[in-house]
Amino acid sequence: MPTALTVNGKQVAIEAEPDTPLLWVLREELGLTGTKFGCGIAACGACSVHIDGEIARSCSVALADAAGKAITTIEGLKGPDGTLHAVQQAWIDIQVPQCGYCQSGQIMAAVALIKETGRPSAAQVDAAMTNLCRCGTYPRIREAILAATGQASAKAGAA
Amino acid sequence: MGFKRRAFLIGGAAIVGGGIFALQYSDHAMRGDAATLSRREKAGSFGAWLHIGEDDSVTLLTPHIDMGTGSPTALAQMASEELDADWSRMSVEAAPAESAFGNAWLGKGFLTDASNGSALVAAMPGSVWSLLARNLVHQITGGSSAVRFTGQMGVRVLAAATRLALVEEAAARLKVPAGELTTKAGVVSHAGSNRALRYGELAMAAAERTLTAAPKLKAAKDFALIGTSPPRFDVPGKVDGSAQYGIDFALPGMRVATVMAAPVRGGKLVKVDPAPAMAVAGVEKVVQLDDAVAVIASGYWPALKGLRALDPQFSDDGKGGTTTAAMFAQQEQLCAAELKDYAAPAGSKLVEASYRAPYLHHAMMEPFALTAHHKDGKLDVWGGLQDPLGSKAEAVKLSGLDADAVTFHPMLLGGGFGRKLPGQIEILAQAVKLAMTAPYPIKVIWPREEEVRQGTYRPQTAVRFKGALGANGKIAAWRSAFAQSMTFEAGAPLLYDLPDAENTYAEHKSHVIVGSWRSVEASQHGFFNESYIDELAHAAGADPIAFRKAHLAKDSRAHAVLDAVAKASGWGSPLPAGTGRGVAVVESFGTVSAEVVQVSLREDGYPRVEKVWAAVDCGQVVNPRNAEAQVMGGIVMGLSAAIHEEITIDKGAVVQSSFNDYPLLTLAETPQIAVEFVASSAPMGGLGEPGLPPAAPALANALFAATGKRLRSLPIRAQAGA
Repeated sequence: MPTALTVNGKQVAIEAEPDTPLLWVLREELGLTGTKFGCGIAACGACSVHIDGEIARSCSVALADAAGKAITTIEGLKGPDGTLHAVQQAWIDIQVPQCGYCQSGQIMAAVALIKETGRPSAAQVDAAMTNLCRCGTYPRIREAILAATGQASAKAGAA
Repeated sequence: MGFKRRAFLIGGAAIVGGGIFALQYSDHAMRGDAATLSRREKAGSFGAWLHIGEDDSVTLLTPHIDMGTGSPTALAQMASEELDADWSRMSVEAAPAESAFGNAWLGKGFLTDASNGSALVAAMPGSVWSLLARNLVHQITGGSSAVRFTGQMGVRVLAAATRLALVEEAAARLKVPAGELTTKAGVVSHAGSNRALRYGELAMAAAERTLTAAPKLKAAKDFALIGTSPPRFDVPGKVDGSAQYGIDFALPGMRVATVMAAPVRGGKLVKVDPAPAMAVAGVEKVVQLDDAVAVIASGYWPALKGLRALDPQFSDDGKGGTTTAAMFAQQEQLCAAELKDYAAPAGSKLVEASYRAPYLHHAMMEPFALTAHHKDGKLDVWGGLQDPLGSKAEAVKLSGLDADAVTFHPMLLGGGFGRKLPGQIEILAQAVKLAMTAPYPIKVIWPREEEVRQGTYRPQTAVRFKGALGANGKIAAWRSAFAQSMTFEAGAPLLYDLPDAENTYAEHKSHVIVGSWRSVEASQHGFFNESYIDELAHAAGADPIAFRKAHLAKDSRAHAVLDAVAKASGWGSPLPAGTGRGVAVVESFGTVSAEVVQVSLREDGYPRVEKVWAAVDCGQVVNPRNAEAQVMGGIVMGLSAAIHEEITIDKGAVVQSSFNDYPLLTLAETPQIAVEFVASSAPMGGLGEPGLPPAAPALANALFAATGKRLRSLPIRAQAGA
């Protein structure tokens, strides 16, 4: 019995064991490899996606629990005309990524935070942005979230 | 720069070159290979590394993979600068993992460094370097080397020669002296006759020219692109999920395998009953390897479930009694023995101290993953490793196939930090072994737990210091002895001018495998040396920066970066009680970095790092915005290690398994970081690593200033009482 869910606006029916983590459904069944495997225990956030608009670590959400829900991955953030989401554009403007592996999850977490708070304070950014980055891009993640919400300092905009 | 005129004709296509890069092709087979591998339709090929298309596009093939440092963009800037190319038409690609592209410049750079740029090394013909690169099968991204070696010695020279070939071709066509021609944005112009030719029009013919003069590199004052910050090429694909890392590769019909190796290094797989795994839906096969068990399944999840269902028995190679505490005790005995007879000079004050640093794991965010496919006598391997060429050579050996039958396809790395260097890439052997007998492609993915437990850690190190302060308040003598299981550079070189200094190394044998960890020896030895000199400064009653400067030449790079960081951080200005500042300065990979950390304590005893200032002398900065990011990243990783990270050993095996028990610094713990590059005429230094080493000692020194308690072992978490 396939499991039905919506991914990036499209209805899909997945033939996989109900305990399969959503992460592996996205990556191996749907080929959406922008969502990354980091630890499998919801500790690093590389696999962050939105489930019905809420941030979730997809390595620890079973397919059965995602049934009937609307999933958004990094591939689904762009507008219908291909325009980047403001957070993605800020990530480019501030040149956030280094190796880039954690950045899909970081961007998904930032988008969810901004959706919830509008213009997050520094404390809200610190509290919400718990995804790990080994390259150490945290200072620029902060800067890009400010830039995406019109709170950029003069320095942030400078090339 | 010795430049010999030379053109190599290879089967109709030609490669123009000279000096170092031409000698890459000093043997026929190699230059033929390189030309074949890199030949493109409708493009002139310059030294195989640089291509100019008839459509004016310029492509640089770099031997360095993208592991996040931004070096491919910096190398393209260097090429475009010397070429006077149109930046909007510039792109960069990874060179094929074939020996013709072995990175001779890397070897030359390191040996030139190691010999202090001796005339002998400088005079060695390029063919020697080429041979060296080929023999060592080097195509390494590591050692903070891409820009300072490959870029400075290779790419700039090649691009300058290419520009000259284009100018000479234009001179011949326009029938004017080459000296009357200028180049800009991919066009050769003759102002006198108001005529111009595009590079794309000239490239095919220019690539077949023999140069009549030696190319000249631009002076720094003439740089238009080097020293500016165009956006990195790799960033757009990293914000929309389209960038393909090794773990993302997939083929039709591919199976996924996951593995567990002997928890104690050196142990073997004794026995395993495959039945519990075979009972898991999707599992197809359990394979017993020499030291590991692998489960092959339709996907990662069933493979992991199958693996977890198994109860494999491993031997421990007699190492099952080893613990971290026992190893530190042995190391400290070795250090004490080295210095037991040392007595300080008469009239001086002896200052003794012992320090420890734990094993550290790389914890790159992308766990190991590699895909291999053996079909029709050919083996293809896809993945992100720091040495594609070395990986290919290893795959050739493992498969028993001819080199021609094996292809390694380099992909993006989700971090490397030294773990993905050759020597201990177990997953390569696993993937090749599984693929050689399988009728389908296999992607091997390591669970995070395997990745943490089967590391090549930064060495666990103990050190003992016996130094002496003279009556003049300066260091009269410095003795240090350290013990670790292997050393790359015999510790880190001391920056200071000391009258009587000795550092000795005692080998502490261990079955725990160690390797290069971002900044290598400079990280733990930077912590030791810069903490200990801080102790000496306090023992002398001196200001830590003034004390360091008193032991440095006034015109030294270290003196200059200390001055810069003191100024930026407001060093010496009053701070609230319970808040302290600490400083450290470390040279690594040809770059000198000084950092000041300002810290207070949280209620739970953890440090609250408030701000970090860095002043860095890396010579010419190619891309300042990316350079800043590299230094910031190094500081974050240095603080992360200092506060949180340790790998411990119990019963011979690694205790930690994932980010729950090997935590990394979080965004909330990350301080404000201000980075300043000090203007310098020093030779270009590296940047991927040198920001890291001063962070830990500057933090420890700041904590001493804040609390009066000297930290002599890391991580701080273990002592924070939280």
